[in-house]
Amino acid sequence: MGLLSKKDTALLIDPLADNNPITIQVLGICSALAITAELKASIVMAISVMFVLALGNVVISLMRNIIPSKIRIIVQLVVVAALVIIVDLVLKAFAYELSKTLSVFVGLIITNCIIMGRFEAFALGNSPWRSFLDGIGNAAGYGLILIIVGFFRELLGSGTLLGFKVLGDPIEKSGLYAIGYENNGFMLLSPMALIVVGVIIWIQRSRNKALIEEN
Amino acid sequence: MSKKTDSNVYTVIFAIIMVVIVGSVLAYFATSLKPNIDENKRIEKQQNILYAMGINENDESSANFVAASVAGKEFSKFVKEQFVLEVKDDKVIKLQTRKEYMDENSGQEPYLIDVKKQQSLAKEGKTRKLPLFVGEKEGKTFYVAPIYGKGLWDAIWGYVALDQNMVIQGAYFDHKGETPGLGANITQRYFMDDFIGEHLLTDEGDFKGVTVAKGNNDPKNERKTDYKVDAIAGATITGDGVTAMIKSDLQLYVPYFQSLKN
Repeated sequence: MGLLSKKDTALLIDPLADNNPITIQVLGICSALAITAELKASIVMAISVMFVLALGNVVISLMRNIIPSKIRIIVQLVVVAALVIIVDLVLKAFAYELSKTLSVFVGLIITNCIIMGRFEAFALGNSPWRSFLDGIGNAAGYGLILIIVGFFRELLGSGTLLGFKVLGDPIEKSGLYAIGYENNGFMLLSPMALIVVGVIIWIQRSRNKALIEEN
Repeated sequence: MSKKTDSNVYTVIFAIIMVVIVGSVLAYFATSLKPNIDENKRIEKQQNILYAMGINENDESSANFVAASVAGKEFSKFVKEQFVLEVKDDKVIKLQTRKEYMDENSGQEPYLIDVKKQQSLAKEGKTRKLPLFVGEKEGKTFYVAPIYGKGLWDAIWGYVALDQNMVIQGAYFDHKGETPGLGANITQRYFMDDFIGEHLLTDEGDFKGVTVAKGNNDPKNERKTDYKVDAIAGATITGDGVTAMIKSDLQLYVPYFQSLKN
């Protein structure tokens, strides 16, 4: 393959499974709890983070040789905050409907530890192109977990997927509800996101023993 | 080995330049886009008011406004009058028509009144201005009032359309930063539509409001005079916020509705 070397491909693929930001590095847990009650919100968040992380990684990587190491965290924060605010303003001016859906996520993106984590661990020491790939890869790994958690929480908590009543109507008692099935309201609360993430981590480590830390 | 980027002088200069650049870029975007953003917000208010009156493009399950391009036209077609009530110590002391208000406020439309600002004026014991929009659709008169309060994380607000007996004919709610999937669902049809038909006044004419209640065992919302709608699971505080803003803000209009009857 011409465009991506083997190493570059690894940047994209590794974060999806064996170096997943959520399940292995345990970053970005806060937003994984906050917005995964619905599948749609998970998808929107995944796309937003991918955009900000890829772009931010490139900007930080371009500046990596001139950033003073003493204030590098502040510089990273300023870059990501400025990016997010500009995107928010442009959306508000030209795509108002979309901006209303996204505005809730803006604060969550800025404080997402994956963003700072990748700036610090990768973009500060690598070329812009590799940083871009790393941003896409990590955001995809993050998004994948978000979507899995969102899928189960919405399905078991509300009986819907993307708002469609896939299990029948709980009020009309149709579909599964006709035979006595009930939604588990607990799935809508944040603690269940942690438990779902925990189950994913469990499955992942039981399949790949190399991931288990030694004590 | 110390790099040149480690020196204090370099760090300070870098920080200053960075702040100046980022600050001016942000200021440039904010000021140059402000007219567009304000215009979008103005249109949204018209869309909100029309939505509460039932003028919208709802499909089976989702809430849709009339298109932004026709909002202005629809607004002037359906909204017949915009009153401004001046309220002090919960008493209406003056009732202005749209024309009187605009003459006094250099042409500002009453629907642009900042409800939040008026609330804080009231808290300081000053006179507050309450807008009330009177609309007509298919021979029926709607009285639309804005409400404003706080949810779990940030502001929530809405518009409630009433008939002359203060029975809710339509409601629109919105929020700034409620939790997606939980509190943010106050903008969903299944929540907003529950308010339609709910009574705010008791038979004696006292104001009771509508409570967003957990476990009222009325998920289909068939009882319209129980002063309750079904809450959203996992969104208790946002729901309480909706209850509170309906109570505190709509109560102020009771004298006006009483005067309609006399």
